[in-house]
Amino acid sequence: MAGVVTFDLAKQAVRDLNQFLHHDLSRNGAMEVRVLNPNGRHSIAVGVDAPVQVEVMGEAGYYLGGMNKQARIIVHGNAGWSVAENIMSGTVRVKGCASECAAASGHGGLVVIEGDASSRCGISMKGVDIVVGGDVGHMSAFMAQAGRLVVCGNAGAALGDSVYEAVVYVRGSIHSLGADARREEMTDKDCATVAELLKKAGIAADPKAFKRIASGKTLYHWNVEANQEY
Amino acid sequence: MDRPLRLEESHSFNARVIAWIQHAAENGLYEIRGLGAKRALPSFDDLVFLTASLSRYPLEGYREKCETKTVLGTRFAKKPIELKIPITIAGMSFGALSANVKEALGRAASEMGTSTTTGDGGMTQEERRSSKTLVYQCLPSRYGFNPDDLRKADAIEVVVGQGAKPGGGGMLLGQKISARVAKMRTLPEGIDQRSACRHPDWVGPDDLAIKINELRELTDWQVPIYVKFGATRVRDDVKLAVKAGADVVVVDGMQGGTAATQEVFIEHAGIPTLPAVRLAVEALEEMDVIGKVQLIVSGGIRTGADVAKALALGADAVSIGQGVLIAMGCNANYWVRDGEKVDAVPDYHKLGVAPGYCHHCHTGKCPVGITTQDPVLEQRLQPEEGARRLRNYLKTLTMELTTLARACGKSDVHHFEKEDLVALTVEAAAMAKVPLAGTDWIPGDTGG
Amino acid sequence: MCGIVGLLARKEDLRERLGEWVLPMLACMADRGTDSAGLAVFSDGIDAQARRISLYSPDRKYDWEALAKALREAVRTDVALRAVENHAALVTAAAPAAVAEWLEKRDPSLRVLSVGRSIEVYKDVGHPNETASRYGFARLKGTHAVAHTRMATESAVTPAHSHPYTAGEDFCLIHNGSLSNPHSLRRKLQKRGVRFETDNDTETACRFLEWRMREGATLEAALQEGLRMLDGFYTLLMATRDRLVLVRDAFACKPAVVAEHPAYVAVASEYRSLAHLPDVKSAKVFEPQPEEIYAWRV
Repeated sequence: MAGVVTFDLAKQAVRDLNQFLHHDLSRNGAMEVRVLNPNGRHSIAVGVDAPVQVEVMGEAGYYLGGMNKQARIIVHGNAGWSVAENIMSGTVRVKGCASECAAASGHGGLVVIEGDASSRCGISMKGVDIVVGGDVGHMSAFMAQAGRLVVCGNAGAALGDSVYEAVVYVRGSIHSLGADARREEMTDKDCATVAELLKKAGIAADPKAFKRIASGKTLYHWNVEANQEY
Repeated sequence: MDRPLRLEESHSFNARVIAWIQHAAENGLYEIRGLGAKRALPSFDDLVFLTASLSRYPLEGYREKCETKTVLGTRFAKKPIELKIPITIAGMSFGALSANVKEALGRAASEMGTSTTTGDGGMTQEERRSSKTLVYQCLPSRYGFNPDDLRKADAIEVVVGQGAKPGGGGMLLGQKISARVAKMRTLPEGIDQRSACRHPDWVGPDDLAIKINELRELTDWQVPIYVKFGATRVRDDVKLAVKAGADVVVVDGMQGGTAATQEVFIEHAGIPTLPAVRLAVEALEEMDVIGKVQLIVSGGIRTGADVAKALALGADAVSIGQGVLIAMGCNANYWVRDGEKVDAVPDYHKLGVAPGYCHHCHTGKCPVGITTQDPVLEQRLQPEEGARRLRNYLKTLTMELTTLARACGKSDVHHFEKEDLVALTVEAAAMAKVPLAGTDWIPGDTGG
Repeated sequence: MCGIVGLLARKEDLRERLGEWVLPMLACMADRGTDSAGLAVFSDGIDAQARRISLYSPDRKYDWEALAKALREAVRTDVALRAVENHAALVTAAAPAAVAEWLEKRDPSLRVLSVGRSIEVYKDVGHPNETASRYGFARLKGTHAVAHTRMATESAVTPAHSHPYTAGEDFCLIHNGSLSNPHSLRRKLQKRGVRFETDNDTETACRFLEWRMREGATLEAALQEGLRMLDGFYTLLMATRDRLVLVRDAFACKPAVVAEHPAYVAVASEYRSLAHLPDVKSAKVFEPQPEEIYAWRV
């Protein structure tokens, strides 16, 4: 019965790691995989579909945890572009900062970024929950269709541009709102939602300190008043 | 005495243009419609074949074999796509089309030994079940994109753009965002969907290379990766797609169709398929990847002659969208119920149009039940009938293709060459770089 | 499209081994572009009156000795020569303009890659790793260097189209991205007497800055104007005699990562390129904000 399986990317290929995660987990009985010397390599632990824990001991490149299902992935460092892109379920936690497009088009599961996320955090999100301990950059939640983005720090320019049904909660300052995004009152339900997400993320903050940003729904249908915002 | 009418139409401000301006003035919004460019363009019609003569010998029809087998994606994939014919079904979304149509496409394609392609709404069970070879599109919107469907796919097509609207994103109006479509696309029912025009997680060919690598990692390097774009800067784009690691390049000319987009895109963006094919082949030649990276061409491919000409110019296969829909009944004046023809003309009239002129896919009120989500209308196209008609169309295309091939002395449709063609107009000669019939002249190439 | 790297060494021991640290950065970014590569390195050590002129020849066996000898006779000044295959650096107190004119007449196939007191530029087509090995990048010393690997987009693959582009003295620029209005800008600049070597969009950005600086603007002011005038997606990395300067467009869709450490400042398109740098775990790693001009002094 295997304990922790270790992959050293200084000696093995990312391809070998992914093959193992896709095909050999149940045979091996592994529940924990540790990845050494990631050194910014791309596509680490993509397409995992098993309740395994993957710990990445260092900096990850693009697409870490892409299309993740079920797995619990932890990055002990920063993550490059599009971490957990298209995540379906499971958790991806980045202990450092995440680069642009974090959780792009995510459908479900939870993505936690303990540091800052860069621009376009949650772009095109479709149901994933994202909790950011620090700031998010410009154009975050761009065309966000569903899911929740919780930002404990500040948000950059054009937050929630063209947002659909996703909701953004921001504790700090908001540089500017994007097209059709507007500030709404925090209800008790919102506070409960934020509290629950913060608890899942393991980040302490007062839910009442957050602001709710959601769609004004003025761009849901083609109309003359929309003024070139198409 | 009544004055006789003297009607002098302006060429620039003709009836069509006047109607457009009046529509803009009344509504403050551009026109949105379906299908592809309607205006006259230099096309394959302007090329003809130099078939057998004293100097070149033909093959007998029927008795002497003409191979049509086509392999796509040999560059990196463990499992390239093997097709019986060089004609595939282009990406069209469930949402744009009904579920019955998607199933019909799959059935006919499977019988004919070719592939279908998903569209901007993701993969439906009907299509995966019925289509033996299914290409899964990865689009800027990523609606419904998920790893389970990705792994069920036989190939992946990264869509940078399409011929009808290069630079524009997908569009589906509220009347077609039914409950099922809405759920698949993670959108509220009934809203007007506006898709992104750029991918959310990469921009530019250098980052595309990393994305393609991720898609390979996700699918264990098994399946071919296509890159599709609308025909604009074709030479540069084909080279970049090759550099980014594409197994197959798909180039869609401006005649390519859509179920809904701004008319300004359809008619004024992108170049015709004719020069696009030639440019793409030149780019592949310059990169020395002919035979390693395959080329699929689409955008107004209608007949077997079109297929033959595309192959002669150097394409490995063609992809058809509009022609396939027309084969199944688009713009027909009837639909079929229990083997009987039912008059559809009144329903066209309700849309303010008549059969043969309809491009109203965007309304969702397709009189023949093809580009609709309406539960009543979609029954007008049953999968079996649709598959039957499509199968016939594909068979006829293949027969025309092989007829021309044999007449040119080819035992394999992939042996067509550009020297088998001449052009009937100066524009076509320049665009396709084949000589003007009766001369040695290729404008721009051999003087003048 | 492309990969960019930059390294500014703050400590003497790092300066002695600058090339050793830059080489793996460049090799990493070779994945982003394999068509051609270029590098600019800045180092001191020549007289205040003298200038270093980097030259490129299409001929790998060019007779640089003969050229240097003829030049010495023509300008009646000392000319020191260092050459490797088709690249040479001439150091001379003769006026650079006179030298350039003489070179043009003597052999129009030669290209002047850079002029300055500190700068030396290498560039060539071919795989970046091959170019780096041929020119001995690993052995370079200096205060700072920038390098670029190219995946050609709209213009051709030739040495002239490779980055870095230089302007005036001790200034160079490399670019990742694609400008959307380079042609009209180029024509505008040509009308004002700016000379272009290529139709490459990056050269347009470089000549734009050159023009503004010629008219008296500081680099920062020129970049502020550039942010308004240049349309498209771009990350621009520039180097002068004493600075590394970085800016991204408003959309910031092309990647860039910075690592700030007491001993160095490093810039690259992907973090992967920085992962091997000494003690990078202690560095402050961040992504530059759009439309902000970052400058680090030697």
